[in-house]
Amino acid sequence: MTDADIRKAFLEELTKIAPDIDPGDVGEGDHLQDDLELDSMDILNLVTALHQRLGVDIPEVDYPQIATLALATGYLKGRIG
Amino acid sequence: MAVFAMPSLGADMEAGTLVEWMIKPGDTVKRGDVVAVVETQKGAIEIECFEEGTVETLDADLGAMVAVGSPLATIRAPGEAAAVPAEAASDAAAQVPAQPAEAPPPMATAHPPAAPEAQPAPPRAGEAPPASPAARALAAERGIDLAALTGTGPGGAILVADVEAAEPSLLAVASAKPSAKAGLDMAAMRTAIANAMARSKREIPHYYLTQTIDLQAAVDWLAATNAKRPPDARLLMSALFVKATALAAAKVAQMNGHYDAKGFHPAQPVHAGVAVALRGGGLVAPALHDADTLPLDALMAQMRDLVARARSGRLRSSEMTDGTITISAMGDTGADAMAAVIYPPQVAIVGFGAPVRRPWITGDTIAPRVTVTVTLSADHRVSDGRSGAKFLAAVAAALQTPEAL
Repeated sequence: MTDADIRKAFLEELTKIAPDIDPGDVGEGDHLQDDLELDSMDILNLVTALHQRLGVDIPEVDYPQIATLALATGYLKGRIG
Repeated sequence: MAVFAMPSLGADMEAGTLVEWMIKPGDTVKRGDVVAVVETQKGAIEIECFEEGTVETLDADLGAMVAVGSPLATIRAPGEAAAVPAEAASDAAAQVPAQPAEAPPPMATAHPPAAPEAQPAPPRAGEAPPASPAARALAAERGIDLAALTGTGPGGAILVADVEAAEPSLLAVASAKPSAKAGLDMAAMRTAIANAMARSKREIPHYYLTQTIDLQAAVDWLAATNAKRPPDARLLMSALFVKATALAAAKVAQMNGHYDAKGFHPAQPVHAGVAVALRGGGLVAPALHDADTLPLDALMAQMRDLVARARSGRLRSSEMTDGTITISAMGDTGADAMAAVIYPPQVAIVGFGAPVRRPWITGDTIAPRVTVTVTLSADHRVSDGRSGAKFLAAVAAALQTPEAL
C-alpha cells in the first residue's frame, strides 16, 4: 500500500466521521482534536474504521501517533508493513 | 379511536414540520414504533407512536407545519370498528401547506392565524403573558420579550400581529438564516438552546456544588481493559461518568425526575441525558434509557449509537423527552470545571471538567494522580446542599471501583 493509498483511506474515514471537513483543507500537521475538533468518541470511531478498513488495530497508547495526517500516514505504513 | 397528536419534543417546542411518514392507513402499529419523521429546531426527530392499533387515517400532509397537540394520525384500537372518515376537513385547519423551499418564512407565519380546533400546548409555569403559540414562536425567534408587548387578542392575549408590530425591521433578517447543512438550521438550534436555557435560569433557582475526585483508579482500569479489546469494543471515560452519575441519581432521588406546575415528580428509572456537542455548533442531550441498570458495555454501545444519531440528526422522540438528569463532559482536554445549566423540566445536571494530573494527598504522601472536577447544578426547589453533597460523594465512590460499574 502506497503513502497515497493510506492518506486517501485516512482522509475518507476522517471525513465520514466529520462530514463538514473538506479533505482538501486538511493540513499535514493539523491536529485531530485541537485543530479539527474531533472528540474522544470521534477518535474512537476513526480508529474503529481504520481497523476495519486496513486491518490495523491501533492501541490506545498509540493514539498520539495518528494525531495528524503526516503522523498517521507514517504510523499506518509502518504497521501495515 | 385515538388521535395521535404532535408531541412536544422539548421545553420550548411549538411546532414541527412533517417530513416523512413511516406508516400508511391499514398498517398495524404498537407503542414505540417510529411512525413519522418531524423536522424541529434540533434537527430531524423520529416520532414514536404512543398508541396501539390500526392506522385509520393520516391527518397531516407532508411538508405541513404541525403545532404541538395537533393531530398527526387517527389510530383504531385493536377490535374497534372502522369509522366513517369524516373529520378530515376540520383537521385541515390545523395545518398549512408547505412553503416554497427556497424562501422559508419565519416559522410563526406558517401557522394558521387562528385554529380553535388545535389543542394548544399545555400551559407552562412562569410564563405570564398569554400568547398564541405562533406569537410565542415568533417572539422567541426574534428575541422579543413577550412581557414587553400589549396583546390585542382575546383576554389580552398576544397575537402574531402584535409581535410583528413590535419589530417589523427584523423580518428580513429572520427569513435569511444561514443553514450549516440540510436538516439542521444552526440559527434555529441556537434559538432552541436560548429558549430552554433562558427559561431554566428564569424559573430554576440553581445551586452548585463542586468536588474534585481522584480518577486514577478509573484511568488505570480503563487503560488495562481497552488494551485487551479491539477498537469497536473499547470504552470511553465518558461512559464511566454516565454510569457513575446514574448510580448516584438512583440513590439520591431528589436529583432524578421532572419538575412541573404541580411540583417535583421523582422518576424511578434513571434516563441519563447525554449532552452531545454537534460539529458546527449546537448541543443536544438525548436520553440514554435505564443508564443505572445497563451493564457498562451495553451503555457504551448505546452511547455510541446515540452520539452518531445525534450528529446525523436522527434521534427518537422518546430520547428528546425522557431524560431525568443530564451529564455533560468536557472531554479529554479543556476547562477544569463546568457549572452547567439545568435542562427543564429536569432538576439536576452534572458537569465533568477535563481530567487533569494534579498533586494529590493520600495519607501523608503527595503523588501525581489524574483527577476530575465534578460540578453538580441542582434545583433548590427540590433539594439542598446536603443531598447535593451526598450525590457527589456517591459519584466519587462509584468511580473508585470502576470494575463494578
